[in-house]
Amino acid sequence: MFSPNDTPSTQNEPIITVRDLKIAFGSKTQATPIVHGIDFEIHAGQCLAIVGESGSGKSVTARTLIGLTGANAVIQAQTLQLRGKDLRRNSDRAWRKVRGADIGYVLQDALVSLDPLRPIGREIADSLRIHTNLSPAARTSKVLELLAAVGIPEPEQRINQRSGELSGGLRQRALIAAAIALDPALLIADEPTTALDATVQQQILDLLAERKAAGTALLLISHDLAVVGQLADRIAVMRQGEIVETGPTAQVLGNPQHEYTQRLLRAVPTDKPRGTRLAPAGAGISARQHALIGAQRAKSETGDPTVPVLVAQNLRKTYRNPDGTPRVAVQNVSFALNRGQTLGIVGESGSGKSTVARMALGLTAPDAGDVRLLGLPWSTLSEKQRRPQRKHITSIYQDPLGSFDPQWDVARILSDALPDSESLTRSERRDEVIRLLETVGLDASLEARLPLRLSGGQRQRIAIARALAPGPEVIICDEPVSALDVSIQAQVLDLLDELQREFKLSYLFISHDLGVVQHVSDEIVVMEAGRVVEAGRTTEVFSNPAEEYTRKLLAAAPRLHTVPIGEKA
Amino acid sequence: MSTPRSLPTTVTDPEEAMTHSIQTTVLDTPPVRDVPPTPRAAADPSFTSTLVSTIGSLGPSIIVPLILLLGLIAAAVIPSVLTPSGPLDMNPAEAFTAPGAAHWFGTDESGRDVYSRVIHGARSSLLIGILATVIGLGLALVLGAIAGLGTRAVDFGVSRFLEVLFAFPGLLLALLVITILGPGVVTTTIGVGLSAAPGYARMIRSQVLSIRGSGYVEASIVQGKSRAFIIRHHILPNVAAPLFVLATLGVGQAIVWASSLSFLGLGATPPDPEWGSMLSLGRLYIGNAWWLTVFPGLFIVLSAATTTLLGHGIQRKLKDK
Repeated sequence: MFSPNDTPSTQNEPIITVRDLKIAFGSKTQATPIVHGIDFEIHAGQCLAIVGESGSGKSVTARTLIGLTGANAVIQAQTLQLRGKDLRRNSDRAWRKVRGADIGYVLQDALVSLDPLRPIGREIADSLRIHTNLSPAARTSKVLELLAAVGIPEPEQRINQRSGELSGGLRQRALIAAAIALDPALLIADEPTTALDATVQQQILDLLAERKAAGTALLLISHDLAVVGQLADRIAVMRQGEIVETGPTAQVLGNPQHEYTQRLLRAVPTDKPRGTRLAPAGAGISARQHALIGAQRAKSETGDPTVPVLVAQNLRKTYRNPDGTPRVAVQNVSFALNRGQTLGIVGESGSGKSTVARMALGLTAPDAGDVRLLGLPWSTLSEKQRRPQRKHITSIYQDPLGSFDPQWDVARILSDALPDSESLTRSERRDEVIRLLETVGLDASLEARLPLRLSGGQRQRIAIARALAPGPEVIICDEPVSALDVSIQAQVLDLLDELQREFKLSYLFISHDLGVVQHVSDEIVVMEAGRVVEAGRTTEVFSNPAEEYTRKLLAAAPRLHTVPIGEKA
Repeated sequence: MSTPRSLPTTVTDPEEAMTHSIQTTVLDTPPVRDVPPTPRAAADPSFTSTLVSTIGSLGPSIIVPLILLLGLIAAAVIPSVLTPSGPLDMNPAEAFTAPGAAHWFGTDESGRDVYSRVIHGARSSLLIGILATVIGLGLALVLGAIAGLGTRAVDFGVSRFLEVLFAFPGLLLALLVITILGPGVVTTTIGVGLSAAPGYARMIRSQVLSIRGSGYVEASIVQGKSRAFIIRHHILPNVAAPLFVLATLGVGQAIVWASSLSFLGLGATPPDPEWGSMLSLGRLYIGNAWWLTVFPGLFIVLSAATTTLLGHGIQRKLKDK
């Protein structure tokens, strides 16, 4: 342990030292503890990753380091030091000096953390204006330098653009530029890549690795072990406000001691073959439920089992830009989904995969080509003709909450999705709702709950239950797990897999996450800029990608790295 | 918005953009553990204690205006119980008596009790306020729903029509209606309702449009629900909730407008107890009988403030939820 009198230049002195940090929310007398005494320290040029699920207290911990925990937080610590300086008694004024100058903070959400009305150049210049006395001209040249440093192309043009004119990756870079403007000793990045495509995620991680190499101490907060593995020197696994395991990255990922760490590692889908469970086994589907759902589906079973359930041929869709110029969203896309199989569609944002999903669902009419469902015409039908057939094809969305009417409770959401809802008595309807809840592993007591009062994992399960209700052949899954924590994602993927095997469902599974797609798909379609660049058996595409773009995507897929990038094993 | 230069990745599909903003909001929510938030214990000891705690949880921003509003409603429903004399009972001998024990708010030029007249006036003011709001909202609901649900051309037509109505200052539109239909309480109500309609209609239209494009309407389409079902079970209920707040706010506004028109002699006719026309008559004697203008004026302010505060209180409550 070092005393505060040590010279700041001491090589071995950590940048930040935290001992027995406790955080609670509420009043002094009636506080709910959130973090129960954690320790860590980070040295210059080192990266510590705190990994845990939502609610583990990792983000609160990060915010405490810059004094942004909020007025109703009660913070206690034996030590909370930045380069030997005690932070515990900091006034608001003192905190403002620390923020930006000593500790840079990359906010969780690149997409909303920038002021939509201000050019990014001004946002980045803010900290320079506040903490330095550089002239406006000097500030501008410094901002240009920063933009170039974080790899934003054409900084002279970008400096005057607002966040709405920038892609997700560029916005995240702009935020990082703002955070490193004053070359802080410690950089905190809270889920810096969560909303980003795989390739963009890789670029951001590389950028953070550069800062680390330049001597910045890095605190990385994430729910995803695969993401932090390639950057962190040490990993602290946090659960319910406690660090359950900490150690060098290679040790935590290669030889995890704690049961919880092992569970998180198992939840990473990349490179896990189809059918492998990602989460500890749940109750499974009981024989009774199976019989009930089976009966429901027998009623709607249609067509020849050898005919693909969903076939798309030469789909094409063109949208108009705001200025009237046409933009081709989807061009010449064909695929066939076989009964009981999963077809994965991967691509980055803007690749047209969501448009394909909408056309498959009959929500958007293709400009050319057609979709056939169960061997019969589908996209060419009028909505009126399509309506009776809609029970064969249902969908699950990325944002389940948005897909529920905010005024409807779970019981109404589910009973309304039953195809013969009108002809059932009240108690029959209730039985069906409870059966659906049980099928997706939820408690029957949730039926009276509003979706807003459910957790993210529960919401997605309700969405799956709703998709199952009519006894469909095909479920279109549009980024169904992208908004979920890795461990909840594992449970949802397991559930989908289990349901597929039980009921011979066919999934069209759309995702930007290659790891997930690889795990769930029998066949895969890779899309780029509205076109199919590669298609085939998942195992073949992944082991032997024919196209450059596929190789690029594959290289960027989050894998468990036991050694940080740039270091030899 | 102008299109950005050389930005291949910026413009995305509407759906893609949606997914992004959706994911954003999901991640932006404060960390919640993946356990169900425990609902409050359902079994409560007694009904009264539940009622007391329910009212208590509303907070003063709702309770205070609610009590005042209940007072006004009582005045409108049972004015004779609350007042010593009728609103038109004259007593020339006591004309221009200052407020005191016998006449709380004093008397007017014919010796009528101002307190009785103000209390009796509550009925017409509240009625005009509520009816005008109902007319305005009803009309707005039709126009807004047609614009929001109709084809592009219909939306264009209705929106331009609303913009023409918007070009008139609100009260001027009401004056126009009264000029055409002739003065009176009924025409005032219609006039005020009509002039409030464009504002409501525009809000309803945008509300309908956003619900129409929402994920749950899309999910309903995927389930094979008919258009009529979606309008009845998703769009209308979700438009109605914020409309309730709007209506509460609107009543206060309508009361002020109706009183203004009566003040100008276009609404209620003089001997009738109406706050606006009382104000107008009292104006002649403002130099020596201040109570003739102050008390009706106070009640106009009170009723408008009450409904407005209540509306804001409910609005805040709903937002917190």
